[in-house]
Amino acid sequence: MITLDNISKVYRVGTFGGKELHAVNQVSFNIKDGEVVSLIGESGSGKSTIGKMILKLIDITDGRIYFNDQDITPLKRNELKEYYRNVQGVFQDPFSSFNPIFKADRMFQIIHDEFYPHIDSKPWKEKVEHTLTSVGLNPEHILGKYPHQLSGGQLQRFLIARALLLDIRFLVADEIISMLDASTRIDVLNLLAELKLKGLSILFITHDLSLANYISEHAVILYRGSVVERGTTGKIFNNPLHPYTQMLVASVPRLDQKWDEIVSVESQSTPTGGINGCAYLDRCPYAHEKCETMPELIQVEPNHFVACWKFTD
Amino acid sequence: MNLEVENLTVYYQTLKGKVRALENATFSIADGEIMGLAGESGCGKTTLGHSLIHLVPPMKHIHGKVTLDGKVLPIAQYEEMNPYRFDEISLIPQYAMNAMNPIRKIGQMTGELLRAKKHSYKNILPEFKRRLDLVQLSHEVLNMYPIELSGGMKQRMVMVLSTLLDPLLLIADEITSALDVASQKAVSEMLVEFRDKGFCKSAIVITHDISILYQIADTIMIMYAGQLAEKGPTESIIHDPLHPYTKLLISSLPKIGAKYTEKKLMGIPGKPPLLLNPPRGCRFRKRCPAAFEKCVEVPPFVEVEKDHYVACWKVMEDYDYTR
Repeated sequence: MITLDNISKVYRVGTFGGKELHAVNQVSFNIKDGEVVSLIGESGSGKSTIGKMILKLIDITDGRIYFNDQDITPLKRNELKEYYRNVQGVFQDPFSSFNPIFKADRMFQIIHDEFYPHIDSKPWKEKVEHTLTSVGLNPEHILGKYPHQLSGGQLQRFLIARALLLDIRFLVADEIISMLDASTRIDVLNLLAELKLKGLSILFITHDLSLANYISEHAVILYRGSVVERGTTGKIFNNPLHPYTQMLVASVPRLDQKWDEIVSVESQSTPTGGINGCAYLDRCPYAHEKCETMPELIQVEPNHFVACWKFTD
Repeated sequence: MNLEVENLTVYYQTLKGKVRALENATFSIADGEIMGLAGESGCGKTTLGHSLIHLVPPMKHIHGKVTLDGKVLPIAQYEEMNPYRFDEISLIPQYAMNAMNPIRKIGQMTGELLRAKKHSYKNILPEFKRRLDLVQLSHEVLNMYPIELSGGMKQRMVMVLSTLLDPLLLIADEITSALDVASQKAVSEMLVEFRDKGFCKSAIVITHDISILYQIADTIMIMYAGQLAEKGPTESIIHDPLHPYTKLLISSLPKIGAKYTEKKLMGIPGKPPLLLNPPRGCRFRKRCPAAFEKCVEVPPFVEVEKDHYVACWKVMEDYDYTR
């Protein structure tokens, strides 16, 4: 479905753009049809940048992204519109995704005018209501309301409905449940899982490993722009190999164990390291000279890859 | 007892009428207790936190008494509360990371803050620096602007600032929700350390993330639609909840290792009532699987086991509770 081939994103920072910030560093992975892949990392790891590159909201500095074997970089106008018919995104903050001046359902009208002008308004209305019902909303309660009259969970499902109206094949879900309550959170998560069973592929971007494990088969762990570990979610979760993943797993607040019962090795220093060596170098408790050069992703067991010198021998 | 709250009722005065955001809250917090306060958004947890320190319009104090360390707090009088704020009660508001003055260096801002409370910055500075070491912030941050700090650093800075005068009560409103897991853990553990070192005598931690509370809180109080539902020791609330709402809330949390394909989790059907015209009696009864005729009356918040309070007719019946 979507293949990322060695993509990088470099931002120019500093007063005159003299410095370079490597937000994403040679990342490759792919998402198959009807598969949910979780992209996990802390803030600043570049996970949202990858999502935005897939959605073509920002340019790719280096590398290629393929949608069904088609390179998406040169897409323009009609081709791009066709691409957006298949690929859509939903973002973290539902409140800032709406224009507060207009009623929330105005976006359905825009989609109608842009993508489906040939459908009459009556069947279109039925289609909208059908889609809203499928995401667990009651059209009567939703249509004609302003964004501030709806709750966060309702708005978030509204945005998913907007994406679904286009009969999309691929959804970028960027931290879509982190601003929701525990009780609504699970409803939105279940909704994603149902859509997946209907054949939708999802890139699920999150910083919460237990949510990732709940919904996805594959996970990609990102640290400061580089993939440090990837593979089947269960394998990563039950047997984290990279020191960073181990720290992440140990930090997840859980209901069956207290933090002090889990032995974790971590250091607290602020990351400063260069781009030549392992990105985790200055926080890693096992760091040695070899880590000054970048480790490659190697396969440790079937469907489980890790980029750490500890496992190269 | 450090904090005692009796029958506290706070409404929001709006053009459409009164929003009954907090109704007859009665509870107490012991010395050195970290109490977690949890519930869905709009259940009144922030209202409760704010009404203890910063009760301003449109919030309106209807009735109720708050006692801190034996002294009655004049919560409804804005001016009279001033000597207590920051000195005895401190609040870390939601989005505290953006609470610092963006055009002042952090040291400068702290100085102004302390002078406004008639304390000397110079006398407090050595202790201030010692606490910065404790949370692993370098002393250079005093000469930095808030924008130069990362989210986790700002959150740690705000925590040091708000406990600088060793308040009796610290109210921490959603201090971990904007952070990623590693910083969440660091900030939560810091809060426990602050309590252990006596930087604050007791604390109320407001959050919707119950798994964080399981890690750090001594007791947990659950609110629903402006009413207290349950309060008890952390272990009992998580592993042996009594109130139907608490049961549903706990079971909706994704457990580590849980998978959609193996065991589907369920949310709580329905949604909380509007507090402008809340239903009579127990406000959870419309969504409650155990509701019966009695629930049209407001259930009292009673101690069914030692230190375990519940407001539910069904639970009272099960415990054969008689006054």
